[in-house]
Amino acid sequence: MTVPVFVLVALAGGAGATVRFLLDRAIRARTGAAFPLGTVLINCSGSLLLGVIAGLAARAVLPEAVHLVAGTGFLGGYTTFSAASVETVALLAGRRGALAVLNGLVVPVVTVLLAAVGLGIAAIG
Amino acid sequence: MPDSHSRTLPLAAAVFAGGTAGTSLRAGIGLVVPSLHAVPVATIAINVVGAFALGLLLATLGRRGSDTGGRRTIRLLLGTGVLGGFTTFSALAVDTAVLAGRGQSLEAVLYCAGTVLAGLAAAAAGSRIGGAR
Repeated sequence: MTVPVFVLVALAGGAGATVRFLLDRAIRARTGAAFPLGTVLINCSGSLLLGVIAGLAARAVLPEAVHLVAGTGFLGGYTTFSAASVETVALLAGRRGALAVLNGLVVPVVTVLLAAVGLGIAAIG
Repeated sequence: MPDSHSRTLPLAAAVFAGGTAGTSLRAGIGLVVPSLHAVPVATIAINVVGAFALGLLLATLGRRGSDTGGRRTIRLLLGTGVLGGFTTFSALAVDTAVLAGRGQSLEAVLYCAGTVLAGLAAAAAGSRIGGAR
């Protein structure tokens, strides 16, 4: 990775984190705090999009620098594993067992399926 | 809520600065640590360490008082920004799907389930340590 690309990856990560913050806050204002729907939708959409980008890059349709900036940078910063983990722990601590299983086990499986769909879309496109 | 709107910019700036730092740390580690049998071990370590650190941070801040003023700025800078940008869910999902697509089903299941479960244990441990007096 060249220095300019590394700098763009970092800045794109900052932009992704900012979009996550604003989107999560907007969703939270509408749905309340009982279930972390914002993080779920962010991680699901980000996994689908990264599947498309990684798939296109693997076919060399997309330049590697774009893959790095948009994928490693923007979508890496947009999606988050730490918040998802802490939110599942909070659901468990609040004895919301079903929601904890949904957030901690079902959502990860869904993100993998969406990533596979993204890779599949890239293989066709 | 005009008041909350007028405050959005500095809060978003804190998230942006933190997210830039966290992403550069993740990208830097990714450059140095190679994958093992196509399993991205760097991403495992990043996500588990980040989950522990976020649990620790939020519990520590929560113990010190309400989520306002400086505590809120620190949460957004270090938590939503640095640790949110450092850790990543999209890479976990795509790398798992790629492993499964290559026929490395065992690696895919172990990688994904292992990261998720280790992340939960790490976040719980961090919360416990941060919440203890």
